[in-house]
Amino acid sequence: MKIVVCVSLVPDTTTKIKISGTNKTIDETGVSFVINPYDEYAVEEAVRLKEKNGGDVTAISFGNDKYKEAIKKAFQMGADAGVLIKADGEFDSYTVAKNLSDAIKEIKPDIVLFGKQSIDFDGSQIPAMVGELLNMPAVNIVTKLDINGTAAVIEREVEGGKEIIEANLPLIIGTQKGINNPRYPNLKAIMASKSKPITEKAPSYTGNKLEVTEMKLPAAKSKGKILDGGAASVPELVKLLREEAKVV
Amino acid sequence: MEISKNKNPDYYLLNELFTDEEKAIRDTVREFVNHEVIPIIEKYNQEMKFPFQIIPKMGELGIFGPTLPPEYGGMGINNVAYGLIMQELERGDSGVRSFASVQSGLVMYPIYTFGSEEQKKFWLPKLASAEKIGCFGLTEPDFGSNPGGMITKAEKVDGGYLLNGAKMWITNGTIADVAVVWAKLEGKVRGFLVEKGTKGFSAPETKGKLSLRASVTSELVFEDCLIPEENILPNSGGLKSPLMCLTQARYGIAWGVVGLAMECYNTALDYSLSRIQFGKPIASFQITQEKLAYMLTEITKAQLLCFHLAKLKDGGTMRPQHVSMAKRNNCEIAKTIASMSREMLGANGILDEYPVMRHLNNIESVKTYEGTHEMHTLILGEDITGIAAFE
Ligand SMILES: Cc1cc2nc3c(=O)[nH]c(=O)nc-3n(C[C@H](O)[C@H](O)[C@H](O)COP(=O)(O)OP(=O)(O)OC[C@H]3O[C@@H](n4cnc5c(N)ncnc54)[C@H](O)[C@@H]3O)c2cc1C
Repeated sequence: MKIVVCVSLVPDTTTKIKISGTNKTIDETGVSFVINPYDEYAVEEAVRLKEKNGGDVTAISFGNDKYKEAIKKAFQMGADAGVLIKADGEFDSYTVAKNLSDAIKEIKPDIVLFGKQSIDFDGSQIPAMVGELLNMPAVNIVTKLDINGTAAVIEREVEGGKEIIEANLPLIIGTQKGINNPRYPNLKAIMASKSKPITEKAPSYTGNKLEVTEMKLPAAKSKGKILDGGAASVPELVKLLREEAKVV
Repeated sequence: MEISKNKNPDYYLLNELFTDEEKAIRDTVREFVNHEVIPIIEKYNQEMKFPFQIIPKMGELGIFGPTLPPEYGGMGINNVAYGLIMQELERGDSGVRSFASVQSGLVMYPIYTFGSEEQKKFWLPKLASAEKIGCFGLTEPDFGSNPGGMITKAEKVDGGYLLNGAKMWITNGTIADVAVVWAKLEGKVRGFLVEKGTKGFSAPETKGKLSLRASVTSELVFEDCLIPEENILPNSGGLKSPLMCLTQARYGIAWGVVGLAMECYNTALDYSLSRIQFGKPIASFQITQEKLAYMLTEITKAQLLCFHLAKLKDGGTMRPQHVSMAKRNNCEIAKTIASMSREMLGANGILDEYPVMRHLNNIESVKTYEGTHEMHTLILGEDITGIAAFE
């Protein structure tokens, strides 16, 4: 089975985000980056598919040199080869999807796995866009994946329940938390990952269809108001909820 | 996988000096500790039990004897990576780190260094995978800081050696498949491999501990215990042999307790930022800030000691006295930091909701075992002056 997993790099979730001087990007000084947490589910699922069906896993990332970190993490978890489509700058979802699609096309995989979204911009766009660009079925927010031959039975989360989908390979899957428990790479895998190759490619498209015009931090929370008159404050509370907070 | 909430303090940006491999090893052990140790350890500590379920997982992770070559089940990692493993384990619990220290530094190391090829081939891969557990018996009821005075003795008899005596305070003793036991043979200290179930050998557990409770501590008793010929460690000879093992384990402790200190610092920092008294976070008071500044400074100094010690060890220029300095200093500051952290949490500091009281209790053992604070002071004193104060 030929398996591709796409991985991204995001600021560590504990990072306190600051906006850079241009007001269009975040300030990366002092920020540590990690593989996108949802991508770890995708890598784990990819490696499990390989362990079950044989084949190999290629991890693909689109970004600057730093993005090799995400590929290396995939190596440690069991991916076999890596491709970095190397590009510096800020890119929109379409550009990322276009570059990934072009790289995936060359590999002709049976299945392509993504995290359901990357936790930096939370766009959730890429799996569907790649599906469209490659003319492959794409299912996102997947919590269970069963593959038998070329037939897949997929469970995905929907509001208040789950949806069961059947599709045929080749197929695109976006993984949701709960699909598996990503492994801790053991020392053996970490040591072995050092010799796994990362191929660098030039981007096929850097045009961007969207432009970020401004980035802002959410307004600081204003102080809460306490009405301490006991039951006598209820009318005042209702009034404030209606007129000031506008929640009832 | 969730990302650790508490990041290790790294004031002097040491992280930049770690290789990708060292960072990856640290991070995987950190994830392991965050998921498998921290959520359960308080309960095991209170029940005075070791969490046995984590042993095979640690074996699978590859953290036993990881500096040994792969042909013996090791990973051939360097001493920075080894130290970082210890740091992360002890951030979880000193008992868990002790388990790993004993298995790697006090059991696999002597078998690797003093053992025959057959002993190495047989034991090391099994100890690396944690299929077998080991312990190290040096201390005796009447000989702690002065192990050279040991009375446990071995006598050459037909078919092997007859062992008589007792060891005390032995980590993993009751649960060990093999004990590396130090005994005098014709007046000279030698190492023996005593297998579980050998006639005349028993290992009752020590009860009533108020420290290192999530760790098995035992007595080892030998009554005319016949050890087969092939179970002597052929290349061991003199007190120097067990002391070489202690150097390994002390090295791991020097790193480990930094993890303990980091966890106590992180807890105190978070708490002091959120606990409001007199209308503001207690972190706004100068006395609190002085404590935090002290903690972070001492942690940073300890990290630098460890990092350079690792370089000396990898470069082959490390002396046991270098390890004494790091073990002595780092246990001392970890104990002070744990105690300060406990104070900063006020009444909450004594609760099991926070890891601090457990760490504070644990550091009492860690400061004592593998050479007490005083003994390391005297080792340094001797190294400085050329005069041994303890002989
Ligand atoms: C939880 C735990 C686990 C342990 N695990 C192991 C193990 O796995 N294997 C093993 O072999 N041992 C183990 N030990 C034993 C440990 O190494 C000893 O307890 C330690 O070496 C101190 O010996 P002691 O307790 O007999 O104290 P003592 O040697 O009696 O010392 C008592 C006090 O006197 C001081 N003192 C002694 N001599 C001098 C001197 N010359 N000058 C100044 N002060 C001095 C000491 O510093 C100490 O403060 C463990 C101990 C504990 C608590």
